[in-house]
Amino acid sequence: MKPAAFRYHAPKTVDEAVAILARVAPEDGRVLAGGQSLVPTMAFRLAKPAHLVDINGVAALNRLTIADGKLVIGAGVRHAAFHKPACDGPLGALLADMVRHIAHYPIRNRGTFCGSLAHADPASEWCLVLAALDGEVLAKSARGERVIAARDFFKGIMTTALADDELLVEARLPLLPADAHCGFYEFNRRAGDFAMAMALGVYRLEAGKISAPRLAVGGAEVKPRRIAEAERALDGAAPGDAAFRAAAQAATAAIDPMEDNVTSAEFRRDLVLAVTRRALGRAAA
Amino acid sequence: MNTAPPPPRNARSPSLASRGRKDSWIGQSVTRLEDPPLVAGRGAFAGDINFPHQLYMRVVRSAHAHGRLAAIDAAAARALPGVYAVWTAADIAEVPPIDFREGSIPALDPYRQPVLASGRVRYVGDPIAAVFAADPYIAEDAADLVTAEIEELPPLLEAQAAPVEFSPGYSTEAAIIRQGYGDVDAVFRDAPHVVEVELTIGRHSGVPLETRGAIGYYDASRGILELHGAAKVPHRIQELLSRMLKIPPSSIHVHESHVGGGFGVRGELYPEDVLVCVAAKKFNRAVKWIEDRREHLIAANHSRQQLHRIRAAIDADGVILAIDDRYFHDQGAYVRTHAARVVHMTAGILPGPYRVPAYRAIGHFRLTNKTPAATYRAPGRYETTFVRERLVDAIAHRLKIDRIEIRRRNAITAAEMPYPRPLEALGEEIHYDTGDYVGLLDKLFAKIGWDKLNAEVKKRKAAGELVGIGVAMFVEKSGLGPTDGVNISIDASGMVEVVTGGASIGQGFETVMAQVAADALGVDYKNCRVIHGQTDRIPFGIGAHASRATVMTASATHIAALNVRRKALDMAAELLQTPSDALDIADGEVLRKDGRPGPSISLGAIAKNLEPTAKARGDRAPGLSAEGWFKTEHQVYPYGSHVAVVSIDRDTGGVTVERYCIAYDIGRAINPALVQGQIVGGYAQGLGGALFEEFTYSERGDPLAVTFADYLLPAMHETPEPEVLLREDYTSPLNPLGIKGAGESGITGVGAAIASAIEDAIGIPGAVRALPVTPQRIKTMLGRQ
Repeated sequence: MKPAAFRYHAPKTVDEAVAILARVAPEDGRVLAGGQSLVPTMAFRLAKPAHLVDINGVAALNRLTIADGKLVIGAGVRHAAFHKPACDGPLGALLADMVRHIAHYPIRNRGTFCGSLAHADPASEWCLVLAALDGEVLAKSARGERVIAARDFFKGIMTTALADDELLVEARLPLLPADAHCGFYEFNRRAGDFAMAMALGVYRLEAGKISAPRLAVGGAEVKPRRIAEAERALDGAAPGDAAFRAAAQAATAAIDPMEDNVTSAEFRRDLVLAVTRRALGRAAA
Repeated sequence: MNTAPPPPRNARSPSLASRGRKDSWIGQSVTRLEDPPLVAGRGAFAGDINFPHQLYMRVVRSAHAHGRLAAIDAAAARALPGVYAVWTAADIAEVPPIDFREGSIPALDPYRQPVLASGRVRYVGDPIAAVFAADPYIAEDAADLVTAEIEELPPLLEAQAAPVEFSPGYSTEAAIIRQGYGDVDAVFRDAPHVVEVELTIGRHSGVPLETRGAIGYYDASRGILELHGAAKVPHRIQELLSRMLKIPPSSIHVHESHVGGGFGVRGELYPEDVLVCVAAKKFNRAVKWIEDRREHLIAANHSRQQLHRIRAAIDADGVILAIDDRYFHDQGAYVRTHAARVVHMTAGILPGPYRVPAYRAIGHFRLTNKTPAATYRAPGRYETTFVRERLVDAIAHRLKIDRIEIRRRNAITAAEMPYPRPLEALGEEIHYDTGDYVGLLDKLFAKIGWDKLNAEVKKRKAAGELVGIGVAMFVEKSGLGPTDGVNISIDASGMVEVVTGGASIGQGFETVMAQVAADALGVDYKNCRVIHGQTDRIPFGIGAHASRATVMTASATHIAALNVRRKALDMAAELLQTPSDALDIADGEVLRKDGRPGPSISLGAIAKNLEPTAKARGDRAPGLSAEGWFKTEHQVYPYGSHVAVVSIDRDTGGVTVERYCIAYDIGRAINPALVQGQIVGGYAQGLGGALFEEFTYSERGDPLAVTFADYLLPAMHETPEPEVLLREDYTSPLNPLGIKGAGESGITGVGAAIASAIEDAIGIPGAVRALPVTPQRIKTMLGRQ
């Protein structure tokens, strides 16, 4: 439970951080943000980074703002920042609902939104919201910067499109229109645990029918994603249990469930069915 | 304005008047003496104990469940700067395997755990080398550099699978335990009904907040080997170390410090404890080892895992005629200090509160390639209460008789007490002392509104909800004898010191002993300092396990305090020129019992008059002090009932514990708040074993629950506050204060009650056959639409 030796770097600016990262990335240099996943992994010596680039001193990364119709979340923004709505409208309320499912208070006070994205645990709530809303991230390195769309960002279990020398500078979530319906539901065995399955549904109503539906599932596959089959089942349907059940069945059929020693594929499908239907039910409520 | 209360009617002297509220300290929920340092951050746990120039130990463990250990290469580790030594088995060839508490048991000796494995590794976590270094980081770096050449062998992971060879001439079936009475076969042959079930209890264990720790220190100037960080049974550890290391017991001092939870797991003699002692002596430097959480989950004793194939012969009215149980006890890789204690006790206590005219239990005590198992809070009782109460529910279902009615028909009544049964637990014949099992159940029903509860649940069921009620009855065992002794002395300031060989694992031991001493002595309990867990202060001690501390040590404390009191009154009688039977002690002051004005004298002054050189002492033995010894013939048997109400999420299999109610008759509660604390804490752990906690393994024998992300402990959200009915209806006749034990009652019935409630909720009789009952298992029971 004692980490292996590492060199510690404490940059004050983004440029300084990416410059150090460019240097140390080839020697397994890692970015340290909230440390709620990385530090335990190091304590178990499952990760033995030779360098840690601590971005907690980079004040510019603490921004939480709205720009170009998007909520822009800097790499230093903690989970706890979302306890109160971070913006007006459905998005702020949705994030405030979801954040309560992330671990426990002490972890939420330290862990960061962008750190969760970079860690890319399939059961991360923030990864799900980025995928569901087709958000994007800004990655910066000494080589330059690029914007990566959610669908290109998540590659698999704890694997992303980020290069070793890239710093995830910020995440951007599109604001939701005032009439957007959204609902989130998660199942786990204990409060605060990683989701065994979760779903996020978002849609609008046009003439009483569902329009522009988004339905994403997390915790069930190697990465969170929108489930097109479920969205098709919703599009144009009247909101209600019949449509939601159909969408849930479509999602259940569409997924390639992860299995582990306490979760069979069949059980994971049971859960996807339940959480999808309930997330949509909450969206309608 | 004068708001002072009027003087008490019998006010006779200022001293007696101020005595006011406390005729007795026993039965009062006074605040804990232990708390001030703990809440102020001044506790001293194993991690807080340090010696100059100490070395830090890191244990290298097998990564394979079973294999031939061909070679260990520690050269790179030894070469690392800061590394003092690296040991493998060859370096400590003179140290024998870890002994059983009770000494050699020839049939089991071959299964003992070596301090460091050689030739064979038998579970993931088996210690194969020890690194000693200048700091814990270097120690862990060096441990990573130790490589082992292990030829994998097929692991044995199920106790019910066919036994294989453990070592030449020895099977993995270390023993077959048999207990019983009556002609079981004949009863089954003629019985109107036979109900048979197969039940399993998952592998789980105690997970104290503070992991284990051991600090070995050899004081060459005095020739004393010290072990710090002990808990639970310091005198047993002293004895075991003495036998194993061939050092006189009086040259080994074992010291308990603050302990952050024990639960049966912590405080036994483990390889790490032996290693720090041997190393401290060899290196002439203190050696410190602090267990990390992953280690705790693979190295500290596991517990509970059993499979029972049990059947009951019953008559047409649901009266049990006989029980026949064959069970498989998954012992893990070695037999540790407890030897066959749990597997043996299982057979003895399974019948619990019911009359069972004929009985047979056959326990297969089998080794597997998993972490060794031993006792965890309510060993044998959590398991057998689950098995027995599931069986009783199955009988009720078969005969379509109400499950409470079945229990009423079979429970032993108050009129049948004392109730001996020709079975054994912990080497003693079972002998229920007092109690009214159904009476307590009825009191619980009255408290919780049983009929109303059932009506509500029925209504909700009719509305389509999966909601159910579970019930479990049990008999606890506590207060294992045969004897304990305590020394009490009072110094010239009047401070009382109670020196015990007990142990404090967080249960409030100091407070309880102080209350008992204060009560007999007539002093404030806060004036009593209670010593425990220090083998250099008292040569005998029983520690804290098997719910025995209050029964045994408090009884001895009571007797010692009465002896001191007698001595004080005898001395005071001379000094005050008053017959001793006319004197009383209140607030540490000896004065006239009848309240007539007259001289008084403090206990401190009496102590001064009993100093070796004091003239007044005369021929009396020096010191205001005395020992007290308590001896008992039998354990005492408190009992209780649990009721659980759960609801099930049909879609996810999720379980919500809506309500949990516990009734317990403790005989006499020294400190009801502390008893309540024991019950509530036990209940929380019981929920863990019922719903969450399980040490799972891969097919290769890799442990899969090695962090708190995979080994799920119930937390606040999952643990609704239980309703506790604490009764003192049936005191024990077997000790002077009528005490029965408290430590395990909260946990014993939880697995049984939760299983019963879940089965009632899903409405599929016989479905719940295994603990923990996980959402996935519930979904499987419910079937899929």
